[in-house]
Amino acid sequence: MNKWGKNWYTTIAAVMVASIALAACGTPSGSPADTPAVPAKSVNLTGAGATFPAPLYTKWFDQYNKLTGVKVNYQPIGSGGGISQITEGTVDFGASDGIMTEAQMTKAEQKNGPILHVPMTSGAVAVIYNLAGIGTGQLKLTGEVLADIYLKKIARWNDQAIASLNPDLKLPDAAIAVVFRSDGSGTTYIFTNYLSKVSPGWSTQVGNATSVKWPGDIGGQGNAGVAGQVQQIPNSIGYVELAYAEQNKLAWAKLKNTAGNFIEPTLEATTRAAEGVSLPDDMKVMLTNSSNPEAYPIVGFTWILVYVNQNDKDKGEALAKMLWWAVHEGQQYTEPLTYASLAGSAVSKAENAILSIKYQGQPLIVR
Amino acid sequence: MNKCRPDTSLSAGRSDTVTASRARIGDRIFSRLTLFFGILIAVILIALLIVLNIDAWPAIQKFGLSFLTSIEWDPVREEFGALPAIYGTLLSSLIGLVIAVPISLGSAVFLSELAPEWMRKPCSFLIEMLAAIPSVIIGLWGLYVMVPFIRNPIEIWLGSNLGFLPLFEGPPFGVGFLSAGIILSIMVIPIITAVSREVIAAVPLTQREAMLALGATRWEMINRAVLPYCRSGLVGGVILGLGRALGETMAVTMVIGNAYVLSPSLFSPGATIASKVASEFNEASGDLYIGSLIELALVLFAITLLVNIIARLLVWRTVSVRGTGE
Repeated sequence: MNKWGKNWYTTIAAVMVASIALAACGTPSGSPADTPAVPAKSVNLTGAGATFPAPLYTKWFDQYNKLTGVKVNYQPIGSGGGISQITEGTVDFGASDGIMTEAQMTKAEQKNGPILHVPMTSGAVAVIYNLAGIGTGQLKLTGEVLADIYLKKIARWNDQAIASLNPDLKLPDAAIAVVFRSDGSGTTYIFTNYLSKVSPGWSTQVGNATSVKWPGDIGGQGNAGVAGQVQQIPNSIGYVELAYAEQNKLAWAKLKNTAGNFIEPTLEATTRAAEGVSLPDDMKVMLTNSSNPEAYPIVGFTWILVYVNQNDKDKGEALAKMLWWAVHEGQQYTEPLTYASLAGSAVSKAENAILSIKYQGQPLIVR
Repeated sequence: MNKCRPDTSLSAGRSDTVTASRARIGDRIFSRLTLFFGILIAVILIALLIVLNIDAWPAIQKFGLSFLTSIEWDPVREEFGALPAIYGTLLSSLIGLVIAVPISLGSAVFLSELAPEWMRKPCSFLIEMLAAIPSVIIGLWGLYVMVPFIRNPIEIWLGSNLGFLPLFEGPPFGVGFLSAGIILSIMVIPIITAVSREVIAAVPLTQREAMLALGATRWEMINRAVLPYCRSGLVGGVILGLGRALGETMAVTMVIGNAYVLSPSLFSPGATIASKVASEFNEASGDLYIGSLIELALVLFAITLLVNIIARLLVWRTVSVRGTGE
């Protein structure tokens, strides 16, 4: 008994010393993180948010899983849902088509510290119409005229304001049926952001949000609902995501940008939009009404939202590496899926944001 | 609980065999279990109400009763009111019932009184099948097949011939209260038909025979002896249908046009409580906005609860009347 007891104490003491020594070795250096290969250990990440980039994210996370073994589970529950989930900390990352409001930022920061907006891709909103004999890209509109149509100030297609922009089109003497998105959506956020920038009347009377108080006429559920109404109702106008308009071959309008050019909503013109806007370091910027002469004016980023301070080293590291991959190699998947890729300073600003992600004060990846 | 007590003590005094006491324990467990489940349902209902009230509290506090009378719905300025949604809910359900009630009662009378024997079963089966179609399918059919037909020719014809009435003014978009009402009528017809058929079948045969013996025609027999006898049961069936119409979401959202307006015109796009909540809840942010959507849900809860209580009372009365009649 005595002999065993003595040994027992020695063993305990030895283990304690050893573990302290090990712990001391483990904590101080953050250097092992900069090895490029992802550890073979299986890490699962969860994210939730915007529906608009969901097809791209699904493709990304599938490819990324094949490359690295990291499983990413993404739930497209809507931008608002993504923001509240990341605020509650129930997911590893959120996703949103809109910028978090001051109130939302404060709420999240009080709970889990500073939060980042990392841009992933950008999307455009196409203005679609149903006018007999007028094909895609033939109708020209300016932001002011578009805002007045949605404010119901311009009520007929042969209004002087529209006719003077389209002298060679035969516009019908008919009422304009205005179609909007009835469900809250990032598409509406980008669209109303643009209208607020170009029309003082819009910004005072209606404003900018994922759903607003529409002056008229018909609400459609989702992109499909809006497109369905526009295709069915003669002399109507609506707005949908560029990807949806392109896949369904809808007739879209050319819009006048700040340089005075009438631009069709193409992926190229969408990517250009980020080059005419000065991008702040926190990337919380809307790309609408870009000054680039080749840019389409109704464009917005879609972001992934992550906390600067990660609680779990393995997860945090996997998350940072996944984001790094998404803004670099991942960009090759954007155009086949009709998303616009990130370019120029948008990429370097995104890199800076990803590099700032930390675990216990140490960066998780190094350039 | 208290009612059970004297009963068990009585049996305890009488029984001293093993089987009897085992049965008594079994009975006791069974009664406790059913009591538990019974209370559980009530608790769930009450918990639901409490949670809805807590989440709606910011809106209840801010707007008070004016929530029910305001026509504003502005997420940017955070001003919310329920009146257009309440109006849309009641109007679309009313249109639905105006169309559904004559059709349902007619087919119920036909199937239980007039139809040849071989037709009855297959026909009622088909009508009840209509209730099994998911509402999203009915909504899609409504949007792509029914709405274009309602726009042209129905609304265009009504607008050009009766457009002077406020009921039929405005541009013929196709989507709107009229379409929502028609979609709802399709969805409640099977419910009203099924209940009415059952209630009519429960009218005692002697009632019919007595009427016929007095020399009444078949029409007089149905009109004077059968329908008055089961009137409250029929009303109960209609109100059950109304309950479904009030809460219907997907199909209505697809065809109502989702504009938040208070318009007397049946052509006008509108919104119902359920369609408003379903459309905006996902992307809503801010306590007041979410609170207002939840308060809308509470209003719908109150309306449907009221309708269901009325229906229960009416159906109950028919059943007890039938019981004494036989």
